[in-house]
Amino acid sequence: MTASGQRVVVTGMGIICALGATPAECWGALRDGRSGIAPIQATDVRELRFQNGAEVQGFRAEEHFEPARCDQMDRFAQFAVVTARQAASAAGFELPGETCSNGSLAGKTPFGTSGERIAVITGTSMGGQTSLDRGFAAIYKEGRPRPHPFTIPLTMYNAGASQIAMDLGITGPVFTISTACASATHAIGQAFWMVRSGAVEAAICGGSEAPFSPGILRAWEAMRVVTPEVCRPFSRNRRGLTLGEGGAMLFLERAERAIARGARILGEVIGFGMSADAGHLTQPSVDGPVSAMSAALCDAHLAATRVDYVNAHGTGTLSNDETETRAIRQLFGAHAENLAVSSTKSMHGHALGAAGALEAFATVMALREGILPPTVSFTEADPVCNLDVIPNIARHRQIEFALSNSFAFGGLNAVLAFRRWEGGV
Amino acid sequence: MDEALTAKVIAEIAAVKRIPVESITINSTFEELAMDSLDAMNLLFALEEQLGVSIPDEAANSIKDVRSTVAGVRRLLAEKSGAQS
Repeated sequence: MTASGQRVVVTGMGIICALGATPAECWGALRDGRSGIAPIQATDVRELRFQNGAEVQGFRAEEHFEPARCDQMDRFAQFAVVTARQAASAAGFELPGETCSNGSLAGKTPFGTSGERIAVITGTSMGGQTSLDRGFAAIYKEGRPRPHPFTIPLTMYNAGASQIAMDLGITGPVFTISTACASATHAIGQAFWMVRSGAVEAAICGGSEAPFSPGILRAWEAMRVVTPEVCRPFSRNRRGLTLGEGGAMLFLERAERAIARGARILGEVIGFGMSADAGHLTQPSVDGPVSAMSAALCDAHLAATRVDYVNAHGTGTLSNDETETRAIRQLFGAHAENLAVSSTKSMHGHALGAAGALEAFATVMALREGILPPTVSFTEADPVCNLDVIPNIARHRQIEFALSNSFAFGGLNAVLAFRRWEGGV
Repeated sequence: MDEALTAKVIAEIAAVKRIPVESITINSTFEELAMDSLDAMNLLFALEEQLGVSIPDEAANSIKDVRSTVAGVRRLLAEKSGAQS
């Protein structure tokens, strides 16, 4: 037990992204260094300055939900529910047999507790703005008097969390955190603290995002941070990020409860730290990330020299990767030479508010499997990114401690600390 | 006219609820058809688009069955053609 409370473990994970539709598929790609970045299919991008994205391939909502329910969910909320079901099922929930149901699982939880002792905390940066974009196109482009009446409930940022609660019959604290590209990490961190403190027995937490709509892509193009080719984090010839979509959810609960019920434990969350740059709206800082990483280590009662691997924010922009390198070097000092650091965004793209959840999945799996996922599409070392970035090929290395970094526009930083679970359960 | 309008409303309800047209009659209530508030909103949006009318919020709240929907839409269409003539 830590000084702050109980140990908190991950007993279920769900994920869908450009790398696959299941944890096994996604981990296989991360381990093999396969990128999911490809020409964007969702909309016509011929006029854009970029054509590549990391889209979820072949997702058909009607395979997961009844038709009427499909209409009531933006793609980002569909990803949230699908991955929450995966995580809950892996943790031992008995999911309803039907693909769509509001059938409550209260009373069917693996704990014998009711749904009111479970939290759902989701992160998203853009929520259902794809639906909003479609609604605005109906008004401004097609001259219709009003958008579809579901536009508001489809767009609301909490739609993913609410749909998960309805789907699984969870009636405890349910809410959404929107802190741009740190959303999911903030969500997992908050859930971790709530489980550790005993405020809830368990939590489903993570994030989801689905930004491939014409208006959103134009807005990203205007920011001039998206690469015209593929994202190459930490590489000297990097030209920006590649947008991604998807979702990932973790099922967290107290270690003693997980052990008592014989659950399969995938990993342990041991610390969470956050900070704000209070500086520039989009330019990253060194001090803010240092402060957040430091806070996560402090929360975990972990010395910096114990950390073996950092899943970097690593967006592939000139500015982020250099600044993050400086932050890591400042915090870890000489130990930075021993650190392995990679950006899995090189494979699953930058899924914005879901990014931290995809990367939490990658980090938990790296600890569990003893394989550190690489930074792919790396072609040329950059002196200002002089870290061991695990270029292109995964590394077999059994480690114990890892961090996962998320640094958002708006200068909001969130960092999670994980530990390999050695309990043998 | 009424029969055509009734058929139109029934067809839209069938599309919204994804149920067969044959399962709906002029006497069906929304409750019998398991039409919840979101379904009703969806139906009114479809009727507005199809028929070129604007259904006021007060009228929308009072519609609970097929017959009152047809009657309400008929009245709006009459007002519209009256205004145009």
